[in-house]
Amino acid sequence: MGKVLIGKPVVPGSAEGAALVSKEPLSFWGGISPQTGEVIDRRHDLSGAIVTGKVFVLPTGKGSSTSSATLLESIRTGVAPAAIINLSVDPILALGSIVADELYHQTIPIVVLSEEDFLSIRQDDNLVIKPDGKVLVNEQRDK
Amino acid sequence: MSVELSKHDKQLLDGQHGEGAQMAMRIIVRMADVQEAAELMDVTQAHIDGCGLLSESGLEFAETLAAKGARVSVPTTLNMGPLDLQNWQQYNIDEDFAGKAIRQAKAYTDMECIPTWTCAPYQSYLTPRFGQQIAWGESNAICYANSVLGARTNRYGDYMDICAAITGRVPKCGLHLAENRKGQLLLRLKNIDAAVMQSNEFYVTLGHLTGSLAGDKIPVIEGLGSRASSDQLKAFCAAAASSGAVALFHAIGLTPEANTYEQAFHGGKPERIIDIGFTDLQKARSELSTAEEGSNLDLVVLGCPHFSYDEFRELSSLIEAKIEKGKRLHPNVRFVVISSQTSYALLQRGDFLNRLTAFGIEITLDTCVFHTPMVAEDTKVIMTDSGKCAYYAPGELNVQVAFGSMADCVESSVKGQVCRKDTLWEKS
Repeated sequence: MGKVLIGKPVVPGSAEGAALVSKEPLSFWGGISPQTGEVIDRRHDLSGAIVTGKVFVLPTGKGSSTSSATLLESIRTGVAPAAIINLSVDPILALGSIVADELYHQTIPIVVLSEEDFLSIRQDDNLVIKPDGKVLVNEQRDK
Repeated sequence: MSVELSKHDKQLLDGQHGEGAQMAMRIIVRMADVQEAAELMDVTQAHIDGCGLLSESGLEFAETLAAKGARVSVPTTLNMGPLDLQNWQQYNIDEDFAGKAIRQAKAYTDMECIPTWTCAPYQSYLTPRFGQQIAWGESNAICYANSVLGARTNRYGDYMDICAAITGRVPKCGLHLAENRKGQLLLRLKNIDAAVMQSNEFYVTLGHLTGSLAGDKIPVIEGLGSRASSDQLKAFCAAAASSGAVALFHAIGLTPEANTYEQAFHGGKPERIIDIGFTDLQKARSELSTAEEGSNLDLVVLGCPHFSYDEFRELSSLIEAKIEKGKRLHPNVRFVVISSQTSYALLQRGDFLNRLTAFGIEITLDTCVFHTPMVAEDTKVIMTDSGKCAYYAPGELNVQVAFGSMADCVESSVKGQVCRKDTLWEKS
């Protein structure tokens, strides 16, 4: 059964993809390869996973202030996640997406959900992100 | 757009000060919406992290701004870049990469940034003052500026830093405001041996642990004393801002916004209290290493963040003891120290440089092992005294890493194997 979660659109946009759920925060720089989309932080629970095309459900970013650059470059190379869902606003990730818009007219949506909604998302759930911040979980499309 | 703009902000946004400033202002305004700031505020200094990584998009962004005529409006220092600008030809670096790195450096200096090229800007030039509103990038520098200097900056990510430098404006929110600088977590050091607490390794280990515990909260540390050196606090900040998103910490009786417990918590109470004992530190220390004791060592990296003159002095005395015993760097080991032109200029005036180079140490300036391709592909095991380097090396450089003291690094570089003197850390 599907459901609709009401989120806050940090960087508004539309996207769809399977959920890649991370339990831990991640620094994108040192954490994701902008060439391959692989999670390369060998201490992270998702080490080895590929973020490309996924809706990356990540509590928050952390660490390096170069993470916005890594997100921007991964949007340019086409290996970025389809969208990011966070538990709190991470300005550094939002920035990467906004600069991608300025430079390439291309963004990935970023949505913040409440803790309850955030924790309700399971690995590989089908997620549809709407520009108003709604997240459709395992819903039929275009209803 | 909900942020209220001044007349000057609107002029920037309308393009009256050029297309480059307009683009920078557009990004600042969009970020003000993300951060839910009601208005913008002035900053009087900036430090750019976005000049560090070389990527096609980062280069394009910098060259686009520079070509559109953007210039910084406040004194702006530069983080390390992707190339040792004077000595890169010694490092077998691809010419295409070097060419792009030089273009990126030029874009930032064309925008009239100061070519400091260092990730320890607080130890080199234009150190911010207490209470100064600044826009800084580079996670370790952000943590140091806020916590140790008492200047005020948010965590500015790559490319917002230069936008703030160009416009002189940032969203008025977060750590720029006094009320958001109060401590949230209390970390109490319990029964830690005085000899441990004096060691540099302690600051790295405590930083790593603090980042893991605090995430993006503001930790307050009780029991740290008041004797920490600038280099020890640099090491702490670098580790805490790698394992966590620590942009500000307080240490009671040490950092300037925490003369007392009451001041650190603004008269309130911590959300959580966590006691840190010796076993917690032992565990954090072992987390920083992925390489086994006795592994064959390929590379030692010191200077993350950039080595200061005083760290060169400490290294030099360790090296001297080895040279006196007729020992040299093991032929299979490369020993790299990364630093800034500023520290190097001091080093050239002191007595240590010949000793360091005679031992076989390479000194690399303006850059870092993560951002310039100077680490050989077949490097398997590296050793460092830096929590930040230990944290990121396995992912970024695809190597095993051993964390140890500077003395351990020197000893291992002579033996050609990872070996650490654990006497300080074995007691319980």
